[in-house]
Amino acid sequence: MLKGRQSWQFDTNPVIVSAATVGGPFEGKGPLAEDFDVIFDDIWLGQDSFEKAEQKLLENACNIAMDKAGLKPEDITFFLSGDLMNQIISSSFTARRLGIPYMGLFGACSSSMEGLALACKLLDNSGARYVLAATSSHNAASEKQYRYPTEYGAQKPPTAQWTVTGAGAVIIGKDGPGPVITGTTIGRVVDMGVSDPFNMGAAMAPAAVDTIENHFNDFGIDSDYYDLIATGDLGFTGYTIAKELFKKKGIKIAENVYTDCGILIYGQNPVVFSGGSGCGCSATVTYGHLLNRMKKGEIRRMLIVATGALLSPMSYQQKETIPCIAHAVSFEMS
Amino acid sequence: MEKLIWAFLVGGSICAIGQVMMDVFRMTPAHTMTTLVVAGAVLGGLGLYEPLIEFAGAGATIPISSFGNSLLKGALSEAKRNGIIGVLTGIFEITSAGISAAIIFGFIASLIFKPKG
Repeated sequence: MLKGRQSWQFDTNPVIVSAATVGGPFEGKGPLAEDFDVIFDDIWLGQDSFEKAEQKLLENACNIAMDKAGLKPEDITFFLSGDLMNQIISSSFTARRLGIPYMGLFGACSSSMEGLALACKLLDNSGARYVLAATSSHNAASEKQYRYPTEYGAQKPPTAQWTVTGAGAVIIGKDGPGPVITGTTIGRVVDMGVSDPFNMGAAMAPAAVDTIENHFNDFGIDSDYYDLIATGDLGFTGYTIAKELFKKKGIKIAENVYTDCGILIYGQNPVVFSGGSGCGCSATVTYGHLLNRMKKGEIRRMLIVATGALLSPMSYQQKETIPCIAHAVSFEMS
Repeated sequence: MEKLIWAFLVGGSICAIGQVMMDVFRMTPAHTMTTLVVAGAVLGGLGLYEPLIEFAGAGATIPISSFGNSLLKGALSEAKRNGIIGVLTGIFEITSAGISAAIIFGFIASLIFKPKG
């Protein structure tokens, strides 16, 4: 049911039946390595291109999620997926192999929560029995598409982020171990005039804050409601800006409640500059690390706000600013 | 020994200018490189690059601005011999070895090595 201006409250409480995450070699060296189902030690995954490797990541995450739930592709009503490649080839080519009725999404790195929100809405309206929602990204494939191929050796400023090589998938159904998805807030596009593709965190922070503010207003709650609020991939730069924006808007969020998946995934590793990013960032951290913490009872309610920079290489070469979006999904352990 | 110091200072200064172009003026690596090439050609045309090479040696010949100077030198010397059409035929005369080497060695490297991402 519609709640407030731009949110859905799910009355039937769609449940996470299973979740799966896979990562690349670099993620396997990070602080969250234990939370991945599979870590691949070869960035090529045995394929002859980085794009094919990304498809392999996504396919693996989907298959592991189905295995964990004891479901086959025939049991899944719909597959919703998005990624960063041109024409979302990673998602569509994975759908070709899975054979599940499919809808492709593009919300850049916000695709993870966009897919999950839509999956829950489909289920809430009795429009599906099981929905598989997934996203993926691959560091080298993204660098090649959005910036420079890594072998070109271009310099990066300290505000740049490191695209996560990984994929996350969840299956949503009516019964399962949980947690349940109670509501979602769909974000609007916010563009504060940042045009530097090496500073996505700063570009996306206002969109995240806008969605969080609207989420609180729509549901009539404040940040105390949640044990944890995590933005998708703002990194250290964007995280700092988001905290300042909260202060400016008078939104109080405790230091130990608010975090960012882009910071969690690699910790303080200076190699990644400002932190992690990409569709795989919020997906792997949420469906791996954070769901595990919920299952352990460390978190009862959490809000994931996946952030996306909706630029294309063409748009920034033509000196356009970067429009950004954020979608919030609320998880609760019943 | 003195020449070594000047080579270091002049070469380093040209690179520092490039770094400022990228960091402060937010120019892309491609824009930075082409701007330095054009600057080298302009300085060469004004007769300033050759004295710089005399003074700083490799400090002036190694940075990419020297490539602009060489493009101009080739075009001018061929123009002197063959008239205006020499500007077109001479532009890659001096630089052809460098360009061919970049293409051939780049090709060989791409056959042997696989990017690690």
